[in-house]
Amino acid sequence: MRDVYNGDQIIQEGRGVRPQFRMLSDDLIEQIIAEGFQLLMDPGVRVHNREALGLLADAGADVDLESQIAYIPRDIVERALETAPSEFYLYDLGGEPVVHYGGDSVQFDPGSAAITLLDSETQAQRAPVTADFVKFVKLVEVLPQLDAQSTALICTDVPEEIGDLYRLYLALSYMRKPIVTGAFRKDTWWTMKDLLVAVAGSEDALAERPIAIFDVCPSPPLLWSDLTCQNMIDCARYGVPSELVSMPLAGATAPVTVAGAVVQHTAECMSGVTICQLASRGAPIVWGGSPAAFDMREGTTPMGAVGTWMIDVAYTEVGKALDLPTHAYLGMSDAKIVDAQCGLESAGGTLMAALAGVNMVSGAGMMDFESCQSYEKLVIDAEIIGMAKRLIAGVEARDQPIALGLMRELGHRADYLGQLHTAKWFSKEQYIPSAVIDRGSLDAWKRKGSKTAWERARDRVGELLTGYQPSPISDDVRSELRAITLTAARTFGMDELPPLPES
Amino acid sequence: MSNEVLMAITRSLVDCKPDLTAELTQEALESGEEPLAIIDQGLVPGMGIVGEKFQTGEYFLPQMVIAANAMQQAMGLLEPELRARQQVSRSAGTVVIGTVEGDIHEIGKSLVATMMSANGFRVYDIGVDVSPAEFVDKVKETQADLLGLSALLTTTMTVQRTVIEAVEEAGIRDQVRVIVGGAPVTQEWADTIGADGYAEDVIGAIELGKRLLT
Repeated sequence: MRDVYNGDQIIQEGRGVRPQFRMLSDDLIEQIIAEGFQLLMDPGVRVHNREALGLLADAGADVDLESQIAYIPRDIVERALETAPSEFYLYDLGGEPVVHYGGDSVQFDPGSAAITLLDSETQAQRAPVTADFVKFVKLVEVLPQLDAQSTALICTDVPEEIGDLYRLYLALSYMRKPIVTGAFRKDTWWTMKDLLVAVAGSEDALAERPIAIFDVCPSPPLLWSDLTCQNMIDCARYGVPSELVSMPLAGATAPVTVAGAVVQHTAECMSGVTICQLASRGAPIVWGGSPAAFDMREGTTPMGAVGTWMIDVAYTEVGKALDLPTHAYLGMSDAKIVDAQCGLESAGGTLMAALAGVNMVSGAGMMDFESCQSYEKLVIDAEIIGMAKRLIAGVEARDQPIALGLMRELGHRADYLGQLHTAKWFSKEQYIPSAVIDRGSLDAWKRKGSKTAWERARDRVGELLTGYQPSPISDDVRSELRAITLTAARTFGMDELPPLPES
Repeated sequence: MSNEVLMAITRSLVDCKPDLTAELTQEALESGEEPLAIIDQGLVPGMGIVGEKFQTGEYFLPQMVIAANAMQQAMGLLEPELRARQQVSRSAGTVVIGTVEGDIHEIGKSLVATMMSANGFRVYDIGVDVSPAEFVDKVKETQADLLGLSALLTTTMTVQRTVIEAVEEAGIRDQVRVIVGGAPVTQEWADTIGADGYAEDVIGAIELGKRLLT
C-alpha cells in the first residue's frame, strides 16, 4: 500500500464507513434539479455560439437567433444527462489510468492559470516566466500527494495570444502525470489538441486514453460565451474530456443563498452537458465549478470563505445525484503571503472537498483568490492533501479481534512501540508528513534554525526537485511539440521560443 | 413641510427603501420643491451617510448598491425637471466605462460604475465586450472627461492598449483621461500602455477619478 491514500483504495469488506459529508437532503436536491430544468426554459440560456445554437435547434430547443437565447426543454436535457458517461479515466504518459473521474474517488491537482508567482526570496508576487513554470511542473511531478498536473502559471515571456498553449507545451515536455488545462481562444484549442496528439500518438489514441482535460467555463448568469462553448464542442468531437467550471458569485452574479447559487450552477451545468452531448453522444464531461460567496465588504471572490465551500459541496451532491463525475476549485486561500490565514483556509477547503468526494479538486498552491501560485504553498498544501486522503480512508479493524489478543498479551505494559503489530500498521494508520510539518521538541526546532513553516517549505521545494525524473517522451516527440509551439508563436510575432531549462 | 420631505428622502436612502425614495422624490416635485434642492438637501446627504456607514463597516456592498440605484432612479425623475429649468446638477465629471472587446466580465466594472455614480460622477456604463470604436463614439457623444476600461483576462488586457490607440487616432486623447482596471492589470501595465491611471479596487477607482479631474 502506498503511503498516500486515494479515495478508491479504502474500506475493505465493509469494515469501516467512508467518512462522508452531506449537506443537502434528497428533497432539496430534487427541488434544485427541478428548478434547474425550469430555468433552462425560462429565462433560457444565452448561447453566443452559432454551432451550439444550431445543435440545440436541431434537437428541438426553441432558439432565438436574434437574442442568442436557447430555451431547452427538459427531455433534451434528460437525454443528455443519460448519455454523458458516469465515469472515465485520465492516463499518464506511460499509458496508465491514474485519475478516475467518477464515484467517490478524490484526487488533487494544482490551481490553474495563475497570473503571478509568489517569489521564494522576496515573498512578493511577480510575473512568471518559462523557467518558473517548468520548475512548478517538476515539483508537481515529485509530490506524491498530487494526482495530476495543471497548466498552473501563465508565462509572461511569450505573447499573450499563445499563453494557453505555451503552458501546455511546457507541461507536456516535463510531466508524466495527466493534466488539467484550458484554452483562452477558439483557434489555440486546435494547437493544444495537436500538442496532445503529438504525445498520445494519434487522435484515436488521445480519445481512447486521454491525458488531458479542458476546463470550460460558462459565465454567470446563464451564458455560454463563443470561446468556451466552442472549446467544449471541439473537445466533445475529439473525445477529449471537458470539465464544466460554473462559477456563480453568490450575491453578485447569482442568488446570495447557497441553495440559490446551486440552482444557477445546476442550470448552467445542465446546459453544458446538453451542448456537449449534442456535439457528440458519450463524450466525457465533468460536473464542476469555481463558485464563490461574494465578499460584501471588499467586492471580491473569496475562495477561503466557508460559504464558498458550502456551494462547492452542495453542487457536488447534485452532480452525484445525476451520476456524473465531479470537480471543484477548493483548497485555495485569499491570503497574500503564506501565513496562518493561508493555512487555515486551504485546510478547510481541502478537507471539505475530500469529505464531499469531489473527483478532482483543483486549487493546491493557489492564493490571493485564484491569481497567485506559490511553490511553498504547494508543498504545504500537499501535506494537507495527504491528511485529507488519510481522513477519508477511514477507520478499519485491521485485525480480528481488533485489539483483544494484543492487549491481553501485553496486559498493563505500555510496550506497544516494540510490537510487530505496531510496525505492521503504523505507516498505514498514520499519515506521515514531511519536514514541512514541525513535530519536534522546542529544542530540536531551535537547533534546526527556529524556522517558520514558510522557511521549511522553501527548503523542501529545493530537496524535492532533486528527485525529479525526466518525462518519458522521446526526443522526436519533444521536437515535434516545440515545432508546433514555434509555429503558433510565429503567427503572433515571436520568432524564437524562450530556451528550455535543462530537464 | 418641505424640509420634512427632503429629510425623508435622505432617510429612505439610508434605510435602503428604493421605492420610497422614488415616491418621495415625486411627492417633493409635486409639492413644488426645487429639483436642485431635492438633490443637494435630500439625495446627496443620504448617499453621504450610506458612504460613511460603508467606510466604518456598518454597511456592506448591497446597501451601497441599493442606495446608489435608488439615487439614480430619483435622478431619472429629476432630470426632465432640471432640463425644463435649464439647470444642471453638479457633477464630479462625466465617465464612460465598459469591459473591453472579447471580455464579458461584468461585475467589477458595474460596481465601479455604480459607485462612481453614487459619488457624483455622471456615468455612462456601456456594458461588456465593447469595441474600441464604440468607446470612442461614446466618449465623443458624451464629451466624457474620463474613460474606464475593464479587462479580467490576460488575453483581453491587451485590448486596453488597442482602445487607447483608437482614442489617439480619433484625435481626442487630450480631452479624456483613461483609467484601467481588472484582475491582471497593474500600475506597470497602465504605464506601459500610456493610461492615465490604474486602481486596484472600487474605492481606489473613485479616488483616482476625483484626483485626475481636479
